[in-house]
Amino acid sequence: MTRRGGASAGPRRAPYVFLLPGLALFALFFALPIGYAVFLSFRRVEVEGLGLGSGAREEVWAGLANYTAALGDSELLAGALRVLGYGAIVVPAMLGAALLFALMLDADRRGRRETWLRGFSRLAIFLPYAVPGVIAALLWGFLYLPDVSPFHHALGAAGLPEPDLLDGGPLYVALANIAVWGGTGFNMIVIYTSLRAVPTEVYEAARLDGCSQWQIALRIKIPMVVPSLVLTFFFSLIATLQVFSEPTTLKPLTNSVPTTWSPLMKVYQDAFVKGDIHSAAATAVVIAAVTLVLSFGFLKAANSRTKQQGATR
Amino acid sequence: MSATVAPGPRDTRYPPGARAGSPVSRPAGARRRPGRLVPTAVLLLGAVYCLLPVAWVLVAATKSGRELFSTFTFLPGSGFADNLTDLSAYRDGVYWRWMANSAFYSGLGALLSTAVSALSGYTLAVHRFRGREAVFNVLLAGVLMPPVILAVPQYLLMAEAGLADSYLSVLLPSILSPYGVYLARIYAAAAVPADLVEASRMDGAGEWRIFRAIALPMMLPGLVTVFLFQFVAVWNNFLLPYIMLGDDEKFPVTLGLYTLLQQGSNTPALYTLVITGALLAIVPLIALFLLIQRFWSLDLLSGAVKS
Repeated sequence: MTRRGGASAGPRRAPYVFLLPGLALFALFFALPIGYAVFLSFRRVEVEGLGLGSGAREEVWAGLANYTAALGDSELLAGALRVLGYGAIVVPAMLGAALLFALMLDADRRGRRETWLRGFSRLAIFLPYAVPGVIAALLWGFLYLPDVSPFHHALGAAGLPEPDLLDGGPLYVALANIAVWGGTGFNMIVIYTSLRAVPTEVYEAARLDGCSQWQIALRIKIPMVVPSLVLTFFFSLIATLQVFSEPTTLKPLTNSVPTTWSPLMKVYQDAFVKGDIHSAAATAVVIAAVTLVLSFGFLKAANSRTKQQGATR
Repeated sequence: MSATVAPGPRDTRYPPGARAGSPVSRPAGARRRPGRLVPTAVLLLGAVYCLLPVAWVLVAATKSGRELFSTFTFLPGSGFADNLTDLSAYRDGVYWRWMANSAFYSGLGALLSTAVSALSGYTLAVHRFRGREAVFNVLLAGVLMPPVILAVPQYLLMAEAGLADSYLSVLLPSILSPYGVYLARIYAAAAVPADLVEASRMDGAGEWRIFRAIALPMMLPGLVTVFLFQFVAVWNNFLLPYIMLGDDEKFPVTLGLYTLLQQGSNTPALYTLVITGALLAIVPLIALFLLIQRFWSLDLLSGAVKS
């Protein structure tokens, strides 16, 4: 093997050199901050006297105090429950709609070219993916405002009572709607792409056996796309747990969104408004731990199910 | 293809590009009209739902402040030119500065991110070396890390380094994308034949030259996808600039519009500016999206799903 000068590393050294930029960025912007957050979560500030002067504030070890405080925090619990309720609307509604649209796109497929109406719809449904969450929340937020909203207009014209979309129970639906609007198209495309990977012959065989479109969808197509459903569910779950920008954006439009609506908003509030970075760090670590446990638990369960199915086939 | 690593056996069965054109059989006389109407109707309903806010912002941007709250939602107004002038004049055109900032963060961030993803993904897919799986798994774990556990300490560390409230504080953390590395690895495994790399080595090509001249062109379609993903991700990111930045001269457009909306609760006159600004902020993304959706490599996405 010839080597030209020292500039081109040999195959043995090359992979490590090539991975250097990625690993350096990972160390600086992932590993170091995580380590720092964990470190901070075990510390607290001790204030001596009035807390004035340079030596009056001192960082000391806090043990698990920040964690017991975070776990016993009723505000955090309330936020977690709110996000749970919100997620219970978002995930099924979004994935249900995405699956429905994907099946409709794939329906009656016999190698025909997509009609332009379906092509247009596919693009239109995917379009919200390009709209930032903040702007999506802003647009819907205005559509919820009583003076602007077409829903209020329609209900008022029909003489029906006009519910406040930015308060109480409807607020959950209003927030969930923003996430569903933004995420359905992307998930639809993921599911649709894996539907197209199923060979047409499979459907032809089913049709010859007398299966209706409905039966084909239910018995063949849905089981075939289970892996992509698992993946979209997984990503939706993570995104839901981290909801931040949508409720934050709606906050100026209504008094019903508290500053600690979601756990993430509480972390922000603790760290930058109250200036208590130590308890914010502990809360962030708790959220991360819950996310990781849920993700791995879910992936494990999904994996073992797939294996079982594979074994019985 | 011995270089295929992450995806399972399903993936090698359908190399990218082979999926769309699966063989077609068309039995005679199998056309059923009513069966085709229902799917199209359902899809159109979905399209109407998804276009509703976009249609609204198009109309609302034409309304004057008074018309916004008094006329019917979808009735066009008469103030688009005025709104545009007002928005451009607002604080000496700070809005356009926000747009330029967003373009800068997303464009440069996505470009650098794609470069790092390409190099890392290629290395992980093509090279055999000790610790490869460990490196890959560690990078991948980054996908699962909630941004919040990162953002707060990232801010504190940036402040420590004297970089808080700077362009770099938003740009630097956006460069490494675990998802981008993951996609690039899958794509490199599928698109760059291991034999070709081996043959080039025999011919005496250096490792960097093999990557630059041989692998990179083959990975290009996949890298377009990585670039677009990252561009949209950075453009849409709110939490990071929200935490990092204080000076609104450095705001991206999402954060700028948010602060404008916040002030709007005291001065409703700003609402028309917010709405016009929102419209102008989504136009470039939608244009980009329509322009490139043909090249958008969705088979790559499904490849990611399969594993």
